Amino acid sequence: MSTAGAALVVAFVVLAVLASVVAPHAPEDPVGQRLTAPQRAYPLGTDEFGRDILSRLIFGSRISLWVGVVAVAIGLVGGASVGLVSGYVGGRLDMFLMRVVDVMFSIPPIILAITLTGVLGPGLTNATVAIGLVYLPTFARVARGPVLAVVGREYVEAARAAGGGATRVLSLHVLPNVMAPLIVQTTLALSTAILAEATLSFLGLGIQPPEPSWGTMLGTGRKYMELAPWVAIFPGAAVMLLVLGFNLLGDGLRDVLDPRLRP
Amino acid sequence: MAFPTLALALSLVAVVMRMTRSSMLEVLEQDYIQTARAKGAAEPTVVLRHALKNALIPVVTVVGVQFGYLLGGSVVVEQIFGLPGLGFMLLNAIYQRDYPVVQGAVVFVALFFILVNLVVDLVYGVLDPRIRYGSA
Repeated sequence: MSTAGAALVVAFVVLAVLASVVAPHAPEDPVGQRLTAPQRAYPLGTDEFGRDILSRLIFGSRISLWVGVVAVAIGLVGGASVGLVSGYVGGRLDMFLMRVVDVMFSIPPIILAITLTGVLGPGLTNATVAIGLVYLPTFARVARGPVLAVVGREYVEAARAAGGGATRVLSLHVLPNVMAPLIVQTTLALSTAILAEATLSFLGLGIQPPEPSWGTMLGTGRKYMELAPWVAIFPGAAVMLLVLGFNLLGDGLRDVLDPRLRP
Repeated sequence: MAFPTLALALSLVAVVMRMTRSSMLEVLEQDYIQTARAKGAAEPTVVLRHALKNALIPVVTVVGVQFGYLLGGSVVVEQIFGLPGLGFMLLNAIYQRDYPVVQGAVVFVALFFILVNLVVDLVYGVLDPRIRYGSA
């Protein structure tokens, strides 16, 4: 199953990279009649402005993957740094940072993302930053646990005694222990980040038209559901497939890297 | 209200099902399940009273966490079905840059979420009498 997940993810990445080669039409230009049903010239039909849905979906995969990857990178780098420092230094700093994390945890993730984009203003960059910030506390918690487990070990003490500074000890001796759970968390976060982007764009807080985001396409296509269901169904299916791919991949990686959680 | 509720519940069904499955698999391998079978308890009793009750603790945890996702998901569902709920209010407040309402709605949701988590902690005690809170 995880191979199927990896294949799905790779397929979408290839589509996103080769979008300008693979897509039959330009994503933002009207190329045919409005709301035409799927046919040979427009395999997935056209939307309310006569734009080719297949081409928009292919270019939309760029946005979904970009937002997912950058947002999770923000969460991973920021969260892992906070977790590492918090667990390593301990004491009051640890206490303070973990309470901040607790506060961020007390707001449901999508609500937090909606509020942050609401405050920052809609758009690609702001939505990405907002989603990244939502993931920060999760990564901080995931990183901190293993740090606490190894920080008292002899080899960490030996590295310190040998004159290693905090940066050196953390990156060379502590970080490798935290890698496995972080990698698993990263793949699983990618799937929810893509969903979060779709949700924000659906609500009109994320990517703004005419850029071809799957969430925006779903949100505008919803109005034509009875007249031309393909306008909303295909973007929804695209989101579902990509999220499924990351979920299967994440589950597989978790089984390999974290045998305790094997179902 | 039936369709919005169903739309939200369906995703939860999958999560709870998988969690219950893995939790049950683990519990069914415990010694006390064998003991229950050995003393002649009927299979439904073994599965429901001895296994399921012990397997429910991680499930309850997941339901508590999922509640947060449901609150987020309800924003979308309220938008689709045009329901004048809390999420609808939050979203309109954001569109209108009405920040006091945004703050109020978010704090209220957070408070609700924390309350749900408190209830989850209390349910642990009901499911497993060994879990006690306070001065023990």
